[in-house]
Amino acid sequence: MRGRGFPRPRNGAKGEKPVNFDALFGDLAQHTVDGLSKGAIYALVALGYTLVYGVLRLINFAHSEIFMVGTFAILGTWSLLGVADNPPIGMAIVYLLIGLVVGALASGATALTVERVAYRRLRRMNAPPLIFLITAIGLSLVLVELFALWMAGFFSGRGFTENRLVIGIPPLLKQETVLSVAGADITNVQIIMVVAALVMLYGLDQFINRTRYGRGVRAVAQSPDTAALMGVHQDRVIMLVFVLGGLMAGAAALLWNMRYGITKFDIGFVVGLKAFTAAVLGGIGNLRGALLGGLLLGVIEVYAATLTRSTWEDVAAFVVLVVVLIFRPTGLLGESLGKARA
Amino acid sequence: MTEALRQINERRRHVLGGMGDRWRALPRWQRWLTLLAGVAFLYYLPFLGDIPGTNLIIPGLDWFRTDSIDGGANWAGVLFVCALYVLVAVGLNVVIGLAGLLDLGYVGFYAVGAYSVALFGSAESPVVGALQEQFGLSSDWAIAWAICIPIALAFSLVAGVLLGWPTLRLRGDYLAIVTLGFGEIIRIVAKNSGWAGEAQGVPGIPGPEGPPSPDNKVFGLLDIKPWYWLALSVVLVMVLLVRRLEHSRVGRSWLAIREDEDAAAVMGVYPFKFKLWAFAIGAALGGFSGLLFASRSAFIQPETFNVQLSILFVAMVVVGGSGNMAGVAVGAFLLAYLPERFRDFSEYRVLAFGLALVLIMLLRPQGLLPSRRRTRELQDRAKEPANVA
Repeated sequence: MRGRGFPRPRNGAKGEKPVNFDALFGDLAQHTVDGLSKGAIYALVALGYTLVYGVLRLINFAHSEIFMVGTFAILGTWSLLGVADNPPIGMAIVYLLIGLVVGALASGATALTVERVAYRRLRRMNAPPLIFLITAIGLSLVLVELFALWMAGFFSGRGFTENRLVIGIPPLLKQETVLSVAGADITNVQIIMVVAALVMLYGLDQFINRTRYGRGVRAVAQSPDTAALMGVHQDRVIMLVFVLGGLMAGAAALLWNMRYGITKFDIGFVVGLKAFTAAVLGGIGNLRGALLGGLLLGVIEVYAATLTRSTWEDVAAFVVLVVVLIFRPTGLLGESLGKARA
Repeated sequence: MTEALRQINERRRHVLGGMGDRWRALPRWQRWLTLLAGVAFLYYLPFLGDIPGTNLIIPGLDWFRTDSIDGGANWAGVLFVCALYVLVAVGLNVVIGLAGLLDLGYVGFYAVGAYSVALFGSAESPVVGALQEQFGLSSDWAIAWAICIPIALAFSLVAGVLLGWPTLRLRGDYLAIVTLGFGEIIRIVAKNSGWAGEAQGVPGIPGPEGPPSPDNKVFGLLDIKPWYWLALSVVLVMVLLVRRLEHSRVGRSWLAIREDEDAAAVMGVYPFKFKLWAFAIGAALGGFSGLLFASRSAFIQPETFNVQLSILFVAMVVVGGSGNMAGVAVGAFLLAYLPERFRDFSEYRVLAFGLALVLIMLLRPQGLLPSRRRTRELQDRAKEPANVA
């Protein structure tokens, strides 16, 4: 019979402390680098939540699946092109760029579909937010199941057979250390991830703040009715916002494929939840906030994982979310797409 | 064409709406008699198709039973799960339907209830083990089931208050995500903590007759009918209690908060207090359901209490018609029963579930059996200019 007193904690075998500070501070720089690269994916996905929230004031619960679709579309394209492991560097770059385009297109198209199917009719009815959330959850289940039942097999070149497996993706770039800073080994893929996130954000930021379309987005975010009176086509702006979020998710999907080399029909859920946390942490509706929140959350998570030997990694994100919402509900950089820069 | 459709729709609305009005126009004794007959039918349900005590069969009714198909689940077992889910839906309806708070982590309370009875009631749980060691008790000592009920209720109530205290000041959609996180935290804590039995879970959870054993006469492992009757009785009592609450000062405050929090506050309803009440009461009901679940299963594992279950709970309330107790009960019953009856399609059940959620919400956002008040609210909203902010 079990239950003679408390069993020992699983990881705390003989004399080990439950919280391992040595592991963290012994290699702080390395963990920070790992966290930043992880956070880059969160940041890009978070942009999608932030854009939609900034304009529509609703959480696009299906956004995580938009990201998932991107990973599979990229995988499908690569296997169609017959990508072998570790191709020559020139070809690898071509494949990556193709992947970026395909991922962005697939995710963008999925985002548009989500808006069209799940939200537009409800928007006309001016339904309460709860209803939006339920349709989004429903649609997200449908997407996940479509991939679990058929599409995952299709994109990995196994035909429409049912499979719920983890699917490997051919590595395009060999992950190798190219830089050592303060004891941290930085791999080429990690550099690409962080740089890509920064570039995408810069591009998006410029688009929202400097172009005619961006002005429309900010106008609708500030006041939909006034924007409509000023001749801004509200539906078009909302579609644009969904597409932009989808593009960012597609880029994130490419980074995910490069970094982790696997995908599965249900990867969207956890990434989506963390990305949402990142968006709230930085200030939802704020583009720069999404980047800051994403990177910060990635680092916090890696720290938490190191401290507790991965046991409490997933709890860290939620604890951060709750603490932020209690003490600074508007996030670190404040809310509002409209007021980001008038 | 559209005109004809509109007319049909109009007519349908008239007939269905008329039914509600006619029901309310009946004399009180007739309504009571109908309800009593309904309750008697609910108690009869496990025998559906048979006449107990005889060999006679009522033809046709058999089709509804889940064990009428190949490899179908035990009919009483399915009914038991339906009853549990109805209890959950009634509790969640207080939170979502009455107070208008979106709680996506309701499974957390269900888990707290289940773990309370498991950790305090099972002789094999780590907590009871520690108590035995501390006080030098025999190795089959554990807290009695009947005492576990108030413990479970208290724990889930406290969990509701603890979650509600910091988070209820948040806006609706933030609250949804924080509660979603809470449900996950409960699961991960149970999975990673030695005192909660880690990933293996806790075995030996007692029922009304004590620890699970083949000698139990009524609440045994094979015959699930008594469990169903027990759960049904709990549901009926709770439905009566919540109904009284709904028509009390507290219930009216909830409705006022749901419809317009600022206006309610101006009228002297302190929103935070009543929201916290809704959370706590909802949590206690979810905990009770979890307790029954754990007692019947005799064994629980943290992985049972996942997010999907939480989403199913919310879907039951919203699909059934949030705010209307009969509606959420129907929603809970359908979502528990249909996948079991149509098991041939079990591979596609999540897909069908997702599609159903989208379609029902798009075509009938107020739910299948909505409350009259809620329907009018929605109609009212549709007339207002789109208010995005």
